[in-house]
Amino acid sequence: MIVHTPHPNLPPPSTSVGIIGWIRKNLFSSPLNSVLTLCALYIIFKYVPPMIRWTLLDANWAGSTRDACTNDGACWVFIKVRFHQFMFGFYPASEYWRVILAFGLIGALIAYLLIERTPKKSWVAAFTIFVYPIIAFFLFYGGLGLPVVETYKWGGLMLTLILATIGMFFALPFGIILALGRRSSMPIPKALSVVFIELWRGVPLITVLFMSSVMLPLFMPEELRIDKLARALIGISLFQSAYMAEVIRGGLQALPKGQMEAADALGLSYRQAMSLIILPQALKTVIPGIVNTFIELFKDTTLVLIIGLMDLLSIVQSAFADPKWLGFSVEGYVFAGLLYWIFCFSMSQYSQRLERKLHTGHKR
Amino acid sequence: MNESTAKRTLTNEDLAIEVKGMHKWYGEFHVLKDINLTIKRGERIIICGPSGCGKSTLIRCLNRLEVHQKGEIWVDGIELNDDLKHIEKIRKDIGMVFQQFNLFPHLTVLENCCLAPIWVLKQPRRQAEAAAMRYLERVKIPDQADKYPGQLSGGQQQRVAIARSLCMNPNIMLFDEPTSALDPEMIKEVLDVMVDLANEGMTMLCVTHEMGFAKTVADRVIFMDSGEIIEENDPESFFSNPQSDRTKLFLSQIL
Repeated sequence: MIVHTPHPNLPPPSTSVGIIGWIRKNLFSSPLNSVLTLCALYIIFKYVPPMIRWTLLDANWAGSTRDACTNDGACWVFIKVRFHQFMFGFYPASEYWRVILAFGLIGALIAYLLIERTPKKSWVAAFTIFVYPIIAFFLFYGGLGLPVVETYKWGGLMLTLILATIGMFFALPFGIILALGRRSSMPIPKALSVVFIELWRGVPLITVLFMSSVMLPLFMPEELRIDKLARALIGISLFQSAYMAEVIRGGLQALPKGQMEAADALGLSYRQAMSLIILPQALKTVIPGIVNTFIELFKDTTLVLIIGLMDLLSIVQSAFADPKWLGFSVEGYVFAGLLYWIFCFSMSQYSQRLERKLHTGHKR
Repeated sequence: MNESTAKRTLTNEDLAIEVKGMHKWYGEFHVLKDINLTIKRGERIIICGPSGCGKSTLIRCLNRLEVHQKGEIWVDGIELNDDLKHIEKIRKDIGMVFQQFNLFPHLTVLENCCLAPIWVLKQPRRQAEAAAMRYLERVKIPDQADKYPGQLSGGQQQRVAIARSLCMNPNIMLFDEPTSALDPEMIKEVLDVMVDLANEGMTMLCVTHEMGFAKTVADRVIFMDSGEIIEENDPESFFSNPQSDRTKLFLSQIL
């Protein structure tokens, strides 16, 4: 007869934990990995210090003309001199406060909504969705006593952010409606959704923007002039909502059929089942895809330069043509790239936090 | 209790479910053929049969998870047809427990239980939560109320699923192989809950292979094969004296 004696829990061997354990496991686990680690270290030591020297240590910060740039490094004076234009385009300087106020307000509202356990969230959300756009319109465009600033004067980061936020604001709900339509059993909504999605997904965004700014006015009656920026916005929103629809449909597809059946069996209506059971889960699984589309949208706004809108990238590029500042395109691109990266990276970080927060254990 | 119901003359109010000449096809495939079934209030019915015989489809037709193409289904005196109002009423009246539990993984156990009472029955949240806690106590897991389904064992999840159905105060409960996806040591905890429910006089239709359970609680056992009801009898006669060869073969394979 075998008698079982319980075995005590022992600590793991010292080589598998701690710093040494980590280095062994992650950097030198095999001969090939060791070689790769050494190569990577060589590349880092060879290229990173010169980059830091150029961008920071040897860079020129002071002054207001190109003559101030005497060091070997980057000439950030160029960015400094042009900074207001890069931010606001040709928006009149006396009205900058309106733009800052509008962005500050939406920033505060979004922060309020993202911070956990703040009271009366639904009211603030409703305000953000229904009231804020009206306030923002009057702040940006004018009216109600504020001088009107025509949209062709808008530009720089301000225009990029306006295009991106409004694009996202419409792409997500349209995308949800299209995805549900495509999965619907009713033939007409289904056909309409399929045609819409395939049509918009099948053409390049450049074509869409070009059509909206050049072709559309030819067919429209004279008196029905829609603003160029508004046309670009409609184009971007519809284009991205087609992509968004397919991302969301992927999430809907991934849900087990039993979820809808359980909702049905409990007597929930279609709308309740969708909003309480299906969409929260489907959207959660496709957060990476949604954020991917958002990031894509954010960067795609640079394409509006072909229809003559001065977004951040195109205004930076146009500054290269200034005879006083020839030859500083690297600084301009690095600056623009950094700004795009900051916004895209923040979105990606937020999405990862959201995923962790919504994680509720393994599905069965 | 069952006999006293039988002694009275059968009025419409005593009938929980009535199925008359019901047929169903999946495309070309004839899944259910001429089903006739009468279930009185408080009756406990076990449906068994080989896999693919249509037993799950039959009970799924009763709350319109599947649509029948021919014949009639009456639940609590309401005909089940394309009328959405009827479907809505019937679904409020019938609770269903699935093989795969189908709990909502993004909601806590308590939220799973309260959801339908709040949104469908329009109960105030506090009342719904109090009722949900009572039912969770009945299935013996009130301490898990704030956990998510993914944190529970299969047996616990299935008991939550039963509690969730009970929160809607149904008159009839449908069980679609409730223990088939469970590890052996968890089957008993779920069956115990179901036995309690049966003893309280709930009208139950249960598709199951648990013959021990069938013997203890069933008023009638229905045996189905290839879309037809082959045999219908009280459990004792069903198990000791099966009539058809098909039933005998089935029983010899599972017992």
